[in-house]
Amino acid sequence: MIGVELRKLFRRPRTWITIALLNALPVLVAVLLKVTDLAPRPGEGPAFLSAVLTNGTLFPLAALAIVLPLFLPIAVAVVAGDAVAGEAQGGTLRYLLARPAGRTRLLVAKLVAVIAFVLVTVVVVAAVGYVVGTTLFEVQSLGATTGISGTSLTPQQVAGRTLLSIGYITVSMLGVAAFALFFSTLTDSPQLATLGALAVLIGSSLLFTLDAASDIAPYLPTRYWLSFVDFFRDPILWRNTARGLGLQAVYVVVLLGAAWANFTTKDVTS
Amino acid sequence: MSDTVIATHGLRKAYGAVTAVDGIDLDVRAGDVYGFLGANGSGKTTTVRMLLGLVLPTAGTVEVLGRPIPRAGREVLPRVGALIEGPAAYPHLSASANLSLMDAAGPGGARRGRGQRIAEVLDQVGLGGVGKRQVRGFSLGMRQRLGLAGALLRRPDLLVLDEPTNGLDPQGIHEIRTLLLDLNRTGTTVFLSSHLLAEIEQLATRVGVLDRGRVVLQDDLATLTAPTGATVVRTPDPARAVRELGDRVLSAEGDRLVVRGSEPAEVNAVLVGAGVPVSGLALDRPTLEDVVLAAAAGSGDRVAA
Repeated sequence: MIGVELRKLFRRPRTWITIALLNALPVLVAVLLKVTDLAPRPGEGPAFLSAVLTNGTLFPLAALAIVLPLFLPIAVAVVAGDAVAGEAQGGTLRYLLARPAGRTRLLVAKLVAVIAFVLVTVVVVAAVGYVVGTTLFEVQSLGATTGISGTSLTPQQVAGRTLLSIGYITVSMLGVAAFALFFSTLTDSPQLATLGALAVLIGSSLLFTLDAASDIAPYLPTRYWLSFVDFFRDPILWRNTARGLGLQAVYVVVLLGAAWANFTTKDVTS
Repeated sequence: MSDTVIATHGLRKAYGAVTAVDGIDLDVRAGDVYGFLGANGSGKTTTVRMLLGLVLPTAGTVEVLGRPIPRAGREVLPRVGALIEGPAAYPHLSASANLSLMDAAGPGGARRGRGQRIAEVLDQVGLGGVGKRQVRGFSLGMRQRLGLAGALLRRPDLLVLDEPTNGLDPQGIHEIRTLLLDLNRTGTTVFLSSHLLAEIEQLATRVGVLDRGRVVLQDDLATLTAPTGATVVRTPDPARAVRELGDRVLSAEGDRLVVRGSEPAEVNAVLVGAGVPVSGLALDRPTLEDVVLAAAAGSGDRVAA
């Protein structure tokens, strides 16, 4: 069943178009930086972007930081929102369940496919970022990459911490995926499920900027998204990333539980 | 296989205050072509969905192939082929890719020989030449055939088909009817849900009629349309015929008389003996339409009472 869902996801042209579009913005940014040589000053603009002109190996992180606030969650919400509601809208849900695929199995397979999509997308953005960064910008060959704290990182450390960031960003996106998947079991309209998840994210981002909401800020799903920057401090600052992982885990468990409870007891009339 | 293929007891489904299916007891036996008739909105589709475990009953039980649904769905449903409220497929994939994915999505469809089975069913439903084409470009009739191919893919013991000839042209309808009768002859039980009386009359051996959520009639087609014990006479001189037959005439309409007596030959002898010309003679049988309309109207009164 998981194989079936993966085949469906990755044989669908839309999946690859989404991933291609996601890469367009970081590539455009890289080209503009190269042409104008105008990097944002440190502390301004997306994370890491100020450093890429002198070190192209940091561009994968800059690329991820560029797509993280909006593009990546939109893509995840589209795919996860489509998971069940898209099958319902297309009429294939009734045939899958009468096959019988099993409701719990189907939901698990959908979840695995969404996770695979997030991982592939994040890895592709990082890989394209690496190729673009190392082609367009200077690469410091000998261990002189400057981390956020001002100390030097070896290329091995940069590589290892980039992998940590990829993992962390993937987990951060699972919260979005869980919202969209839950909404996807509530409605027969994939657009509605996607918009629902995006509404949660936009609401969360807005509340995060509001002083009056500071009491609930630590529980907002987007609160720790950009904490992957902490992997590049020396020593690594684990506090926020650990909280981020814990928070995402709670959202994922609660929402998937709700999705499961709803989907396994629901009348399929689509 | 047990003798009863589908059995429901007191099956009921309510959506809020609306009762879609109201305590029905279906009884479909092995080898039947069971025609499930009902107007749109009578609860046919809800019933079909409960048989397949898609809609969960409010009360009552469903047994398919001797096992409870939805509890034993994983064991039973691989032996059931279904076409539910029109076909559905992934438009960007080919017909055979669609069948392959559906087959892999559940138990009972071995990977070995899958390609062979797909080629066979596509031939069987008349799509042999377009298996590699994207479903996006298929006509409604082709999609319907593909849906039927999906239902036949695992050589099921039971076919549950909801309006299977929808969207087909007359040749297509004839072709599918022949296919279903062939399958039935080789042992497949067919549960055919339709609002088309003619289709059921041509295919079914047993009929169940649903009206406003209740089964108002369930019997063999042969019993329902059995001779009434009267004879239909056609004559160019109805006035004289009525005079000769007297109170044996039950009704007269133009050149058509319905006469008491289950022996057309005897009625003919009486009329010919008296010199009344006879142009047609037949046993009087109710059509399925007569039977259904009478049953449905009766139930209407019951609901009103």
